[in-house]
Amino acid sequence: MLNKTLAELAKGLDQGEFSSVELTQAYLDRINKEDSRYNSFITVTDELALRQAADADAMRAAGQATAMTGLPLAHKDIFCTQGVRTSAGSKMLDNFVSPYDATIIRKFNAAGTVSLGKTNMDEFAMGSSNESSFYGACKNPWDLDRVPGGSSGGSAAAIAAGLTPAATGTDTGGSIRQPAAFCNLTGLKPTYGRVSRYGMIAYASSLDQGGPMALTAEDAAMMMNVMAGLDPLDSTSTDKAVPDYTASLDQPLSGLKIGLPKEFFAEQLNPEIAATVQAAIKEYEALGATVKEVSLPNTALSVPAYYIIAPSEASSNLSRFDGVRYGYRCEEPKDLEDMYKRTRGEGFGTEVKRRIMVGTYALSEGFYDAYYKKAQQIRRLIQQDFVRVLSEVDVIMGPTTPTTAFKLGEKTSDPVEMYMEDIFTLSLNLAGLPGMSIPCGFSNGLPVGLQIIGNYFAEEKLLNVAHKFQQATDWHTRKPEGI
Amino acid sequence: MEWETVIGLEIHAQLATNTKIFSGASTAFGAEPNTQACAVDLALPGTLPVFNESALRMAVMFGTAIDAEIGKVSVFDRKNYFYPDLPKGYQTSQLFYPIVGKGHVDIELADGSTKRIGVTRAHLEEDAGKSLHEDFANMTGIDLNRAGTPLLEIVSEPDMRSAEEAVAYVKKIHSLVTNLGICDGNMAEGSFRCDCNVSVRYKGEEKFGNRTETKNINSFRFIEKAIKGEVERQIDILEDGGSITQETRLYDADKDETRSMRSKEEANDYRYFPCPDLLPIVIDDEYIDTIRQSLPELPDARQARFIEAYSLSEYDAGVISAYKPMSDFFETVVQVSGDAKLSANWVMGELAKHLNQNDTDISVSPVTADQLGGLLLRIKDNTISGNIAKKVFETMWSEGGTADEIIEAKGLKQVTDSGAIEKIVDEVIAANQKQVEQYIAAEPDKRGKMIGFFMGQVMKASGGKANPGQVQGVMKKKLDSLC
Repeated sequence: MLNKTLAELAKGLDQGEFSSVELTQAYLDRINKEDSRYNSFITVTDELALRQAADADAMRAAGQATAMTGLPLAHKDIFCTQGVRTSAGSKMLDNFVSPYDATIIRKFNAAGTVSLGKTNMDEFAMGSSNESSFYGACKNPWDLDRVPGGSSGGSAAAIAAGLTPAATGTDTGGSIRQPAAFCNLTGLKPTYGRVSRYGMIAYASSLDQGGPMALTAEDAAMMMNVMAGLDPLDSTSTDKAVPDYTASLDQPLSGLKIGLPKEFFAEQLNPEIAATVQAAIKEYEALGATVKEVSLPNTALSVPAYYIIAPSEASSNLSRFDGVRYGYRCEEPKDLEDMYKRTRGEGFGTEVKRRIMVGTYALSEGFYDAYYKKAQQIRRLIQQDFVRVLSEVDVIMGPTTPTTAFKLGEKTSDPVEMYMEDIFTLSLNLAGLPGMSIPCGFSNGLPVGLQIIGNYFAEEKLLNVAHKFQQATDWHTRKPEGI
Repeated sequence: MEWETVIGLEIHAQLATNTKIFSGASTAFGAEPNTQACAVDLALPGTLPVFNESALRMAVMFGTAIDAEIGKVSVFDRKNYFYPDLPKGYQTSQLFYPIVGKGHVDIELADGSTKRIGVTRAHLEEDAGKSLHEDFANMTGIDLNRAGTPLLEIVSEPDMRSAEEAVAYVKKIHSLVTNLGICDGNMAEGSFRCDCNVSVRYKGEEKFGNRTETKNINSFRFIEKAIKGEVERQIDILEDGGSITQETRLYDADKDETRSMRSKEEANDYRYFPCPDLLPIVIDDEYIDTIRQSLPELPDARQARFIEAYSLSEYDAGVISAYKPMSDFFETVVQVSGDAKLSANWVMGELAKHLNQNDTDISVSPVTADQLGGLLLRIKDNTISGNIAKKVFETMWSEGGTADEIIEAKGLKQVTDSGAIEKIVDEVIAANQKQVEQYIAAEPDKRGKMIGFFMGQVMKASGGKANPGQVQGVMKKKLDSLC
């Protein structure tokens, strides 16, 4: 019963082929046996999972099952879960047991899903390789010497390794799409405001967005049906009506207009990735789509703008980790200043400190206009580029990442090279647009992701476009050797 | 050379909302520490603020009451600094786009003239918690009940030129916010507190001197004393050839002096930037108009009405209209007694004296407005004299009861029987022959003054109960018949 999609598992539960308890136990067994190879979980919640599974079986028996009742999931350790450690991959929160549930956790619980545990991640979601986690790097099931991508690397590796059928992730600059691309998965970053951020530990508030990571677009649609919607606890969440994301998956693609931004296919792009993505575009043409070259002229500015705005917000968001109320506190502080300095000095890792320093500098008096304000102006230009292009085409397509999964340790010594990993993804976060990454082929045996970008609140369209591709191809069904 | 003082004030008025500005926790004062602080107030990881609209309504009420520009779009900013009672590591405030822009209030000066004081702006922000130093050995406790209580920070222009003007301004704002019902004005509990920016310069000079800011003063008297002390300190330093350091100072009420808290060099760089968790507040003219039309009668208008309707002096009307509970009390007394001047005299005289001596607010006065009105009726219909009325008031204050009950029980009814009065007058004339001779010998125009002595004797002999008007008539007639 393992190695199936959520949709297939839901059918199995419906038809009584297995119970949620049996299914959950099978996944837990696999996690406990195999996760030492991947390090994809920070916390495995065996007891909670089996209790939820038993409840789900009871719900089903009572005829109260929803589409997802009894399905196991894993949650990125950035979502607060009541009674369970929520660490955000940091020593700072190693001892933090959340007293409340994040909104999306509450929604999944209400839908009757089972939480297998909390997945590994870059510390406070800062990273593109999962190497900045306090709990150690996570490994890519396609090649254990390589990174799974970040920051939702644990969620990606766990799905690719068959330790969970699906998982939640968060995407501030590409953290759902890039690991999805590296691990041959389907990942969706929804429109900013579509999914509540309440209870999601903040990295950069104006960019953070939670979303689904799964084996197929259909599974991602099932998860979106639970996750999306207005949350009165999040002022930036939107009250726009939530469609049934599974209902329109089969819409034909004839007449679909695809824009290919020339900036995404510049000479620096790895030729094999370029060729793989081009082949996927050909497939879309075969499905009835037309293709047009478009331009997003400010793409090159997105990385510098992002690495001002995100650290600025992070420097403020992470101020609350001061050793006063919860989390790590240094041993025997001399006085208040000593407590702040040593708590934060000992509790945060290098990448987090680097971004706090950059952000603090960018916001400081005398530099605000030159950095933060300028970056916000660039952000508007980038947004305008997208709005203009998306008035001419239905979706924009391109590579998700400039490279396939790289080796552990390969980029850790050069932060700027690491930041360039996100060059195709983070402009969407600046613009607040939705984007997906879906499997579209392989380069040297490693997965390549196709990025699909849509207009605001066009998640339905994106899922439809991804689903039709997955019905016509089988890239998404490929699994690492031995899984 | 003559010195001139320049004073600008920042007043923090706690808004009388039921719940906090960004959470649903109660704002009630005096609860057990940390029992009125929810996950948002404790700044638990992942929590987000949601703006309380009643704080907006109150801020707009204040803005319209001081004839200020109201910000159609106002924005919350984060003011970043570390302090143990600041749970998020930043205070959510408004820097660039405050809700209330330029406005003004008029104050009355000692010479009876009026001076206009400019209000630069008023913005919304959240209060911090409280550090508790008692009951902890070598440790500090933190109470976050107050964290997130809405404040309106009202910033004046540097328009005041003396401590007296400053106090008059603070009293004016205090009267405004309490009359509007947007702040309880309780200075002892810190609901209304003031920072004083003070500098001095040679009279005639245009450039401002270096200023100091004395923080968190919470009584009218301390404001006056702190400013006077600070002005004296600055003049002493300057006259000794020194210079004033721009710094933050604290007022020590026990020692009646200000002392340095931190200098400009030690000051924080607050790294303000727009809070990404909150949307800009957008309001329209209709919203503002609705609030303007529903404003209660304000002190200035009430003072004018009291002068017009009750023929009170400007001074009396000013004192009574400044404090809403007092003006409400006064109007009830007038209604019962039918005599405005008499009512004003008693409210500002005997009643105010008793309230002061017992440190009691008029809103909880043991003598009600109806009781006082009833007492004044008995003065007006000559049942008792003004002096007897004071005795009745004493009894009313300490034991309760209506004027009629007390007069009856104590037998204080005025003697108006002309036979009885004539009898006492005759006795007094007979007993004071020496004074009678002096009266006869005096010039006729001096006799009027001399009659007071005989009056006093009659009142004494009657235990104050003889009707003074009648006594006067009878006494004059009898004495004049002897001449």
